[in-house]
Amino acid sequence: MTASATHRAIDAVFRIESAKLIAGLARIVRDVGLAEELAQDALVAALERWPESGIPDNPGAWLMATAKHRAIDLVRRSKRIERKHEELGHTIEADRHAAVPDLEAAIDEDVGDDLLRLVFTACHPVLSTEARVALTLRLLGGLTTEEIARAFLVPEPTVAQRIVRAKRTLAEANVPFEVPRGEELGARLSSVLQVIYLVFNEGYSATAGDDWMRPALCEDALRLGRILAELLPKEPEVHGLVALMEIQASRARARVGPKGEPILLLDQNRARWDHLLIRRGLTAIARAEALGGALGPYTLQAAIAACHARARTAEETDWKRIAALYTALVELTNSPVVELNRAVAFSMAFGPAAGLVLVDALVSEPSLASYHLLPSVRGDLLAKLGRDAEARVEFERAASLTRNTRERALLLERAATCARTSVRTD
Amino acid sequence: MKFMILVKATKDSETGVLPSEEMLAAMGKYNEELVKAGVMLAGEGLHPSSKGARVRFSGNSRTVIDGPFAETKELLAGFWLWQVRSKEEAIEWVKRMPNPMLEESEVEIRQVFATEDFAPSDPTGELRAAEERLRAQVEGKK
Repeated sequence: MTASATHRAIDAVFRIESAKLIAGLARIVRDVGLAEELAQDALVAALERWPESGIPDNPGAWLMATAKHRAIDLVRRSKRIERKHEELGHTIEADRHAAVPDLEAAIDEDVGDDLLRLVFTACHPVLSTEARVALTLRLLGGLTTEEIARAFLVPEPTVAQRIVRAKRTLAEANVPFEVPRGEELGARLSSVLQVIYLVFNEGYSATAGDDWMRPALCEDALRLGRILAELLPKEPEVHGLVALMEIQASRARARVGPKGEPILLLDQNRARWDHLLIRRGLTAIARAEALGGALGPYTLQAAIAACHARARTAEETDWKRIAALYTALVELTNSPVVELNRAVAFSMAFGPAAGLVLVDALVSEPSLASYHLLPSVRGDLLAKLGRDAEARVEFERAASLTRNTRERALLLERAATCARTSVRTD
Repeated sequence: MKFMILVKATKDSETGVLPSEEMLAAMGKYNEELVKAGVMLAGEGLHPSSKGARVRFSGNSRTVIDGPFAETKELLAGFWLWQVRSKEEAIEWVKRMPNPMLEESEVEIRQVFATEDFAPSDPTGELRAAEERLRAQVEGKK
C-alpha cells in the first residue's frame, strides 16, 4: 500500500472509530475536549506506526488500546484529571494501581450509552448553535476542521476557534457527560434534532459554494439521524426527523433541471425520486407513529412530505390530508410561515378562495412584511380567481422582495402575463 | 456516497447450500452494527442462479436463457447498499464482515452513480418554509 493509500485508509478507520473512541474516553476523563485530544493522539500514533507496520487486523481495537493507555497515563500523572476524579468522589489516590483495571473495564462498557452522552454534550444549550453544529460534526461525524469549514463556507481558523472555544465552554460550565432524564430529555433532544436538521439543510438548500461538499453534508446528517434513531428508538421525533430527511433526500435528483434551474415539487419527474429512500422514510414515520401520542413537528413535516411521496402523480396528491397536517403543525409551531403553507394546501384541497381567506389574514403579519412568498402566493391565488389586476400588483411586489434573480424574473413574467390578461378583460 | 457491496457466488452458494446458523448469527450482528452506524440502506441475499434467468438483447430480439449459469465467480450471492464517505470507508467496513462463505470467496465494492445528487437549488415552498422556520428559530436563540 502506498503512503497516501495508507493515509486514506487511516482516515476511513478514524471516521468509523472516532466517535466511539471519543465517547468512551470522555466517560473516563469526564472532559470531551480532553477525550478528543486523546483520540487525536491515538490517530497520530497510527499515522506514525501503520505506514511501516501495516494496518492492524482490528484497527479500532488498536486505536482504543492506544488511547486507553494514554488516558491511564494521564489519570496517573495529570493533576487536572486527578482533580476531576476527586470532584467525582473517586478514591483514586487510595490505590492508583487498583484504579487502572477499573478504568479498563469501564472503558469497555456499553458504547451506545457513551455515544448518546456525547451527542447530548456536543449539543448542550450552553453552546451557540454554530458551536453545537461544529462540535457535533467534529466529534460525532468525524469530520476534519477543514471539511467543516468548507461545508459551511467559513475560514478554517474560524471553525477551529469555534471548536476550541466550545470545548472550553463545556469544561468551564462543568457540563456533565450524561444523557438528560425526564422532562429535560425532551428539551435537550430538540436541540440535538435541530442541529442535525440544520446540517442537513445546509447541504440540501445550498445556495453557494462548491457542491461536492454539500451532498456529503446531507449524508452526514442522515447518518447522524439514523445513528440517533438506533440509540433512542423510543423517541418518536427522532424517527420523524429521520423520515423527513430520507424523504427530502429522495427528491434530490429531481429537484434540479439540466441547466441547474430549480424544479418545484409538483413539476418534478417522480420517476427520478429515490424510492429506496422514500421507503426508508415511510418506515421511519411508521416507527414514530407506532410509539403513539401526538405527532411532533418533525413527524408532521415528514407526514406532509410522505403525502407527496405516496402520490404517483402530482394530481393524485392527497391535499386534504396535507391541509389537515398543516393545521396540526400550525397549532404546534404558531409560525406564520407554516400558516402560509397551510393556505397553499387549503387552496389545493378546497379551491383558491379558501386559500385566499387564510392568506388575507396574514397580510398584516409583521414578521412576513418583507417575505416575498406572501405576495407571491397571494398573487397566484388572485390570478386563479381571475382577479388579474390585483394579482399583477402582488407579483410585482414579490419580485421587489426576492433576492433571487431567477425567481425575480419568473415573478415579473407572471406580472406581465397578468397585465396582458387584465387589459383584455377590462 | 453510495456503494454497492457485492458478495460473489461460490460452488456452495450456487448449489443452494444454506448458511450455517452460526454464520447467520454473525451476519445478523454485523448488519446490526451497520444499521447502528447509519451505513446500511439495504441488503439482500440471492437465490442460486438455477432459479434465475437472463434475457439476452441483440438488436430487436430478446432471448430468455434459464439458469443456472456456469461462470460462478461472476455470479452474485447477495448485495448491500451502503452510504459511506469514501471507498476506503467501504473497504474498511467490508474487512470487518464475517467471512460470508466457507470456501474462498470475494466481495466486490462498486460505487453507485449519483451524478446530480443534491445540486444546489431552491426547494419547494413547503421545504423552504420548514427550513426558514427552523432558521428563524435558530436566529432567535443566538
